[in-house]
Amino acid sequence: MAIEVPENVVVTKLDELASWCRKNSLWPMPFATACCGIELMATGASKHDLARFGAEVFRFSPRQCDLMIVAGRVVMKMLPVLQRIWQQMHEPKWCISMGACASTGGVFDTYAVVQGIDRFIPVDMYIPGCPPRPEQLIQAIIDLQDKIQREGTIRGAEFELASRQAPKRALVELPTYGRSAAMIGPGR
Amino acid sequence: MLDALKTRLGDAALSEFRGQSRAIVPRDDLASTMQWLKDDQGFDLLVDVTCVDYLSYRDAEHRFGLVYLLANTATNERLTIRVYLDEPDLAVPSMCDLWCGANWLEREVFDMFGIEFRGHPNLKRILMPEAFVAHPLRKDYPLQGRGERHNFPVLTREQA
Repeated sequence: MAIEVPENVVVTKLDELASWCRKNSLWPMPFATACCGIELMATGASKHDLARFGAEVFRFSPRQCDLMIVAGRVVMKMLPVLQRIWQQMHEPKWCISMGACASTGGVFDTYAVVQGIDRFIPVDMYIPGCPPRPEQLIQAIIDLQDKIQREGTIRGAEFELASRQAPKRALVELPTYGRSAAMIGPGR
Repeated sequence: MLDALKTRLGDAALSEFRGQSRAIVPRDDLASTMQWLKDDQGFDLLVDVTCVDYLSYRDAEHRFGLVYLLANTATNERLTIRVYLDEPDLAVPSMCDLWCGANWLEREVFDMFGIEFRGHPNLKRILMPEAFVAHPLRKDYPLQGRGERHNFPVLTREQA
């Protein structure tokens, strides 16, 4: 017995419908601490127009956001703030690490600068560059949209996978060079 | 101004380099000298307070050189005052009573070098977190720290 479907009806899965809704209405939380933040603002402005991808609604309250864009270096004093804001955001939520400093510490290999935020919070997308061009940020958002569409579920089961639970990198100090190396403790 | 300073501090303490005057003041005379410079010589602006760590520096006799940059806004004169300090006694009188702007400058020097400013109204760290223990601009502190920057809890997906 065949069911006759009208031409203006599309059949899909509920998971894919939810992912489609989510990916096209990402609300970014701009955690902008440095020059990457300027590029982030440029991306939201009229020339590059993030609204084309449904992600133009920057909210400064973590309660209203589902995409954290960490743009710039994060220092020791700022990391507890970053973690608290990340915890205050509602599920489902994603994180973009924008630029060399947020991803690795960049050139700031000093006592106060955290060497990559992915050591302490989960990160979904990394953007290289110092600072990255707005096109790169747009590409990251498009890639994140693909990721959400590909693996998203309405219950957020994709976040419960073991591969997304684990911290992404071994928490060891990188080797240091020069005479001060002996003074540096084992870290974590 | 220079003549008055010369009679007060002596020839040896005073030097000039490319038109800039510098004076070395013993620590015990610091408070009275600064008071005199402000009240009688008109140095009404404290431009900066900073510090130099001379550890393993060539021909250095002292560990720390505390530097005060003063300016006279009426005559446009500038003067650098230097005080040498050695461990373990790293205490100097605070200049907060003379120049209010010394407050944060001295807190920064305390934070970065561990110099204690006696009489400071609020001598606590200004740049580093409260729980930080070291003074990072000292030369015997490693550039990349002692692992403090990694001493945070790790949040995973299920925790947040």
